[in-house]
Amino acid sequence: MERGPSSFGVYNMKLGMWVFLLSEVMFFTGLIGAYIILRFAQPDHFALPGQVLNVPLTALNTFFLICSSVTMVKAFAAIELGDQKGLQRWLLATAIIGMIFVGIQVVEYTVLSHEGFVPIADLYQAHGRQGGHEVLGGPLYGATFYTMTGFHGTHVSIGVACLWFTYFKARRGGYSAANFGGVENMGLYWHFVDLVWIILFTIVYLI
Amino acid sequence: MNEFWRLPENVSTFGGPIDSMFHLIAWITIVVFFGVELLLLWFLFRYRARPGRKATFTHGNSRLEIIWTAATAIMVVYLGIISRGLWLDIKDPARFPEPGLELIVRAKQFEWNTHYPGADGQLGTADDFVRRNQMSVPVDVPVRITLQSEDVIHSFYLPEFRLKQDAVPGMNIPAWFEATRTGEFTVGCAELCGLQHYRMKGTIRVLSAEEFSAWNAQQMAAAPAPGPLPGSASNAAGSPVVAAAGHAH
Amino acid sequence: MSTAAAMHEVPAHGAHGHHEEIPFIRKYIFSTDHKIIGIQFLFMSLAFLLLGGLLAMAMRWQLAWPSNAEMPMPGGSLLPETMVNSGIMLPEFYNALVTMHGTIMVFFAIMPLLVGVWANYLIPLQIGAPDMAFPRLNMLSFWMAFTAGILMLASFGVTGGAANAGWTGYTPLSINDVYSGVKTGQQLWALSLTLLGFSSLVGSVNYITTLINMRAPGMTWFRLPLSTWALFITSVLILLAVPVLAGGLIMMFFDQTLGTNFFKPESGGQPLLWQHLFWFFGHPEVYILILPSMGFVSDVIANGSRKPIFGYYAMVWAIIGIGFIGWIVWGHHMFMSGMNPLLGGFFMITTLVIAVPSAIKTFNWMGTLWGGNIRFHAPNLYAISFVALFAIGGLSGIFLAAGPVDIPLHDTYFVVAHIHYVLVGRSLFGIFAAITFWYPKMFGRMMHEGLGKVHWLLTFIFFNTTFFPMHMIGSGGMMRRLYDPTQYPHIAQMQDTNVFITINALLLFAAQLIFAFNFIWSLFKGKKAGTNPWEANSVEWSAPSPPPHGNWGGVQPVVYRGPYEYSSPESEHDFLLQTQPPAGQPVPARH
Repeated sequence: MERGPSSFGVYNMKLGMWVFLLSEVMFFTGLIGAYIILRFAQPDHFALPGQVLNVPLTALNTFFLICSSVTMVKAFAAIELGDQKGLQRWLLATAIIGMIFVGIQVVEYTVLSHEGFVPIADLYQAHGRQGGHEVLGGPLYGATFYTMTGFHGTHVSIGVACLWFTYFKARRGGYSAANFGGVENMGLYWHFVDLVWIILFTIVYLI
Repeated sequence: MNEFWRLPENVSTFGGPIDSMFHLIAWITIVVFFGVELLLLWFLFRYRARPGRKATFTHGNSRLEIIWTAATAIMVVYLGIISRGLWLDIKDPARFPEPGLELIVRAKQFEWNTHYPGADGQLGTADDFVRRNQMSVPVDVPVRITLQSEDVIHSFYLPEFRLKQDAVPGMNIPAWFEATRTGEFTVGCAELCGLQHYRMKGTIRVLSAEEFSAWNAQQMAAAPAPGPLPGSASNAAGSPVVAAAGHAH
Repeated sequence: MSTAAAMHEVPAHGAHGHHEEIPFIRKYIFSTDHKIIGIQFLFMSLAFLLLGGLLAMAMRWQLAWPSNAEMPMPGGSLLPETMVNSGIMLPEFYNALVTMHGTIMVFFAIMPLLVGVWANYLIPLQIGAPDMAFPRLNMLSFWMAFTAGILMLASFGVTGGAANAGWTGYTPLSINDVYSGVKTGQQLWALSLTLLGFSSLVGSVNYITTLINMRAPGMTWFRLPLSTWALFITSVLILLAVPVLAGGLIMMFFDQTLGTNFFKPESGGQPLLWQHLFWFFGHPEVYILILPSMGFVSDVIANGSRKPIFGYYAMVWAIIGIGFIGWIVWGHHMFMSGMNPLLGGFFMITTLVIAVPSAIKTFNWMGTLWGGNIRFHAPNLYAISFVALFAIGGLSGIFLAAGPVDIPLHDTYFVVAHIHYVLVGRSLFGIFAAITFWYPKMFGRMMHEGLGKVHWLLTFIFFNTTFFPMHMIGSGGMMRRLYDPTQYPHIAQMQDTNVFITINALLLFAAQLIFAFNFIWSLFKGKKAGTNPWEANSVEWSAPSPPPHGNWGGVQPVVYRGPYEYSSPESEHDFLLQTQPPAGQPVPARH
């Protein structure tokens, strides 16, 4: 088909993915913005992250997620060269690491809830990692924490499902050196999810 | 002009400048409006299609664009500049005049409760008294109020004073006014606050200095140890002043 | 990259040449053709427009004859006693009417009428593309919007009734049924709008990608019609603003349902946070609700005047400028909120500044009419009215932008007048212009011209008689959302005006039935339309009326010039299609 002027020289699916990711940036900006505003408005509702959250475990989790971005890059590099086996191997690795990330987050949520750190205002009783009697922070901390990380986790889970789909399509020979758009877009989404996590981790767990 | 716009009679000090600005904008907009509409009608008549005519083939005129853009920009910037000072005078606590009387107006579904400082002149102490839906203030005295709400967002609106300020639960919001004549005026709620929003009406009476002193003395004498109003959720010991004041975001 | 001579077949959904018979359901119900989807949005939103109007009529009845047993509400006996009792409306129902009128009109009528309909219908046609970049995603977008509409309608039937905290849903009223009396209705409100937001988002991904990537050869950015430019910037606004609303709605839903406390002051939440999130979205939203109309008006006025649009580049930059500045004015909705006054000062300036690009557009439309050879066909009548009413809507905005003057006017009927002048006087008139103008392309028939003119005249008259007096009762101090305005003496004395407004509103509503009749009648009996009945220039007028699947039957259009070359010396007619090759060049081969 004769093509007209195209501003970025990027095919439809890829452009569409970039545009979609822009909207996702705004979504997380809204949530993180609300968190920042609430934290400044009601500082006594929040505590030093290390007191309540398991920073070392989550740091490890962050490392895993970054590794999965590396495996994703390797998957894409593989199919660019037509390496079907490599593509499948690295896609599988990415999906598994993604599942580990979600798994660890579920564990984290469970432990936190038992420590009284919940999003529900009436039930908030966070005693922190050391245990102890006083309640650390207030319900806004729980509400914002679970909303931000929960939506991120949902995006990761959707990403994992898409990774499995991509993996099985790769096994059926759905991609080649001439046709790897699906893998590239999967990669874009996955890197985005990773990037959001790095920002979230910094803002929620380190500051 | 006031008749056309049905502006209520103005009885506050900053109401005058607000009305002047209103009229200024009204005149500017009327002139622009008639200018634009008459020109439009003229064009529609003059350039209507007739057999044998052809339209003028032009893509525009940069000079005209610049002229009318600049003219509009100058006008709006001018309006912005003259508005800003008055806006801050009315709304910025740092610029409030020294008050002769300080009150707390606490809104709730569906009434206005005004807290007076009582004999010791201090709000938040045991001798404060509360008036429901009817507030009294002295004339020619700057009155500073702190707006609070017990439940949802209400909006304290005094049409004749050109005063309006939302009352937000969890916040203490300052406002001020100074009445210029005695009389009885309207208090209304200007933010949808529930099923009886339409009836959240009060009155504000502006009294002369003597009348106000007399009334105040009478209230202080009559008031027993202040307790909660029937149905009110306010704290029994003194008025529920929250210490941390300050603006929202 | 683009040569006039080389024409290639455009593959349509993998099928070359002819299609097998597509079953009715795939062709018209679950269609992936942008034109069908646009028409689906059209029928859906016109239905919601009618419903929103009915809700307003009920409101106006109550306002004119509040709880008046001698003037019982017509149709009141059809409604349950929780809404209307013995012909007298209850406050619960009034607050719900106010809320749902606003919600339905903004989200389910005007927004889809401007974007869902026209972005879908026009973009591929105006840029010379056979369809959207992601046709199946497009179909999903419509069905999500439809489902959101069902959810919103369902809320009327639940216990407690529909949402009643205003279309702006201020917290904590909207998150606590102890205060509002409504629980499920408010939850459905939040869910419905979240789903609708997702639908709009998906749509805008489609529109943006299509516009950037699928323009025909020769269709550079500055040869796009202003309709397309407006729809493009609108799509960008949707893309960036809707997610913020979604975040806010999700937090609201959590507060309502899960016991979080984002906005609950009794446990440290911040009611103003909702306002910031809502209006950060809400202000770009109102530009979403006006920009496409501005685009249509430009196309129609140029066509009606038989002249190029005056100052095309200025118009484009004005659209971009409005889109850009629109992000930093949201605080003017919060002047009275208790927000820091210094911040208020900032928003005052930015709000006044946004008047400038809007004024530029008005002057340019006037410049287009100047020196023209003006045809007063129905679309042009609506478009010219848009310009006339633009002046009023825009000028009333100046009162509200100036902080001190906003103090007496905020939350009064002055604001109601302003919003209806811009939303009805501008957006809706623009929509009427667009529907009347592109109807022949959509359905292959013209709408009845005489009926169109009658509808236009009656609507113009009754619109002004209904809404202009609202400025005065607003400056007279009548607040918004009052079930019974006569409770306040200063408002009771203006009650004749309220009655006058109601009567004119009823007449205005009645006049719309003419449009409804014309729309339906013309589907079957309208005069058959040719390819280019308005003698217009943009690319859609080179496709058959209505266009087949793939729009040009497998031929790729090529663009040679801008969209407004009316009365060009290059042409013996007073119009010159964008796709018309220059004299001396061969006409591209057609398959």
